Amino acid sequence: MTKALNAGLRRALGADPKVLVFGEDIGKLGGVFRVTEGLQAEFGPDRVVDSPLAESGIVGASVGLALRGYRPVVEIQFDGFVYPAFDQIVSQVSRMRFRSHGRFSVPMVIRIPYGGGIGAIEHHSESPEAYFAHTPGLKVVTCSNPLDAYWMIQQAIADDDPVIFFEPKRRYHEKGEVDTEAADAPMSLYQARVIKPGTDATLLAYGPMVRTCVEAAIAAEKEGRSLEVVDLRSLSPLDDATILASVRRTGRAIVVHEAVGTLGMGAEIAARIQAECFYELQAPVLRVTGYDLPYPPSRTEDGYLPDLDRVLDAVDRSLAY
Amino acid sequence: MIGGTGFRRIAQIGASLGASRGRLMTAAALPDEGSPGFRCLDTYGYVTVGYGYCKSPSYQETPLTEAADSTDFVQLLDQAGRRVEHPTFAYAGTDTDIAASLRDMVLARRIDTEATALQRKGELGLWPPLLGQEAAQIGSARATREPDLIIPSYREHGVAWCWGIDPVDLLGTFRGTAMVDWPSRPDGFHLYSFVIGTQTLHAVGMAMALQRDGLVGNDDPSANGAAVVYFGDGATSQGDVNEAFIFAASYAAPVVFFCQNNQYAISEPIALQSRIPLYRRAAGFGFPGVRVDGNDVLAVQAVTEWAIEHARSGKGPVLIEAYTYRMGAHTTSDDPTKYRRAEEEEQWRAKDPIERVKTYLLGTGANDQAWLDALAAESEQLAERLRAGCVALPEPVLSEQWQHAYAEMPDLLVRQRAEYLAYEASFEVAK
Repeated sequence: MTKALNAGLRRALGADPKVLVFGEDIGKLGGVFRVTEGLQAEFGPDRVVDSPLAESGIVGASVGLALRGYRPVVEIQFDGFVYPAFDQIVSQVSRMRFRSHGRFSVPMVIRIPYGGGIGAIEHHSESPEAYFAHTPGLKVVTCSNPLDAYWMIQQAIADDDPVIFFEPKRRYHEKGEVDTEAADAPMSLYQARVIKPGTDATLLAYGPMVRTCVEAAIAAEKEGRSLEVVDLRSLSPLDDATILASVRRTGRAIVVHEAVGTLGMGAEIAARIQAECFYELQAPVLRVTGYDLPYPPSRTEDGYLPDLDRVLDAVDRSLAY
Repeated sequence: MIGGTGFRRIAQIGASLGASRGRLMTAAALPDEGSPGFRCLDTYGYVTVGYGYCKSPSYQETPLTEAADSTDFVQLLDQAGRRVEHPTFAYAGTDTDIAASLRDMVLARRIDTEATALQRKGELGLWPPLLGQEAAQIGSARATREPDLIIPSYREHGVAWCWGIDPVDLLGTFRGTAMVDWPSRPDGFHLYSFVIGTQTLHAVGMAMALQRDGLVGNDDPSANGAAVVYFGDGATSQGDVNEAFIFAASYAAPVVFFCQNNQYAISEPIALQSRIPLYRRAAGFGFPGVRVDGNDVLAVQAVTEWAIEHARSGKGPVLIEAYTYRMGAHTTSDDPTKYRRAEEEEQWRAKDPIERVKTYLLGTGANDQAWLDALAAESEQLAERLRAGCVALPEPVLSEQWQHAYAEMPDLLVRQRAEYLAYEASFEVAK
């Protein structure tokens, strides 16, 4: 996936001279996850810019660049380091268009590696997507596989609104076929995708949990259960049409994410489903999420994070309802 | 026009004080209120001018490499192991004290290399090495005592050692068995901090508490304390650090800002963070800044003792820039060959903080080879204890994590924990 993101960034930099990449250690080092490897050598230090170590500074300066016609692609090194930039993102990036009565846009992308499962120390395994999805004016997307990574990063850069782009760091090394010669993206950035069709229940997931859900669906098949897996891809806006159509087909929905449950994406999705599919539902919408705790010591993360068993446990409860 | 005039005026002041450029701690520049240096220069800010900020007529002419000018610092023991006189600072200890510092440095390095090895063997998830920064940490830590407060970043393993923390406890944080509190951690040593620069503001608040607790400016110096906060060169770019400078200055809070300038913020050289030597930043905030040879344990201790006494006595904060070098990687996940040359590392190896002290002590005859051999044996025993202690660290239990999120567990968490336990128990039954 890192290579797909790298190729997507390279193509965006090549296609539009206004695209800049900006962040800590992204130049010579190529980023701590090597997503920007080689880009500075190819496009120069004016377009692939190593920044001082200050997240608020990176995002705030990118607002200025964006206001003057550039398209900055910001890298926040780890999920837990985005909070110093929170004020700039929530109070400035998100509402520049609104404040200027639609005159200014801030077409920037803020890339954030997120999620746990890599045995990291604290502040390196967070899932802060709900904070941003809660903020009007921001778009929030996340890729789950290399093909999406390649196209979604380009689509996010081309978008005239600010996009928070979450990258599931535990899936960075996932492999997949990507046709970098293809002319166009296979689908809209804001569309969800049915990854695996099924009839008994719908698993709604995004980012790192998509693979977990697909594995759960494969395991369920052996038990004679047919689960549909939907990769949400976009968390704001949500693709209600795809979500609701799937739940209407199966009558059961389980939302899965690493982030804590309280006021997480699952809460919003469950609310929308019950409002729109009340009579089609065969069981309450369930959530499988991180527990309502700060991210715990990494030797306990396997129990903290939703896994195949916890997903199937929820499936059992839904089907038994 | 106004701007231009102002600028030239500063440049002229710089020219008139040209001789003081680079001699940062001349008597006139010592920031004691009432000193001639303070009075005559206060129009433009005593530290700025006294420290020769105005050397160059324009910002653009300040070479990027100036920040890497390694001769511009307080040094008391040079890299060849010779004592050096300094007009302002002197090391107060004896050769016995120096040998004790050497012991701490050697053991801190052994802790560090063993932890790195444990990470390579998969026993730790990550380790941020202190290799090369032993003098900066041991020298500064040995200048502190209760009721001083230590507020570390995440690389202060040597400081932790001096404050009596069991290095095995440190390993737990990087093994993922614990967060950042340790059974052996004394109250005066705050938690490690991983979000860059945040702890500097906490240090200011702790220093404000010292003021309110009557632990600053007492006639009896032993009753006074200061907050010593550790951070790196990269952190100086963060808003929090600059806000901490402002708050500490505003309240004359007893804070020693101890910046270990190890030349790199992961891959980014200091020149990307600062166009002037970091210690000079203090001038703009209105308190003294000193650069010390961070690989000289004698100088670090002498300068830190002065700075802490300054803070403890109620004169306000001090910034110390300990000029050193991160000989290893940023963390075990990092690969420095991507961004720096081997020759550079070689140059710094010659400035090793430990070798020069060994040379000095052997030269004076204070210690002999047998003493060094015994120290080496002691450090191997420590490494052995670390290896055994690391794998014996108790595994954390997820169900216990619920207890620490709130003072009293809310109903939701009580329910959630019960559900988790029931879920886990369901597997036991299945077995």
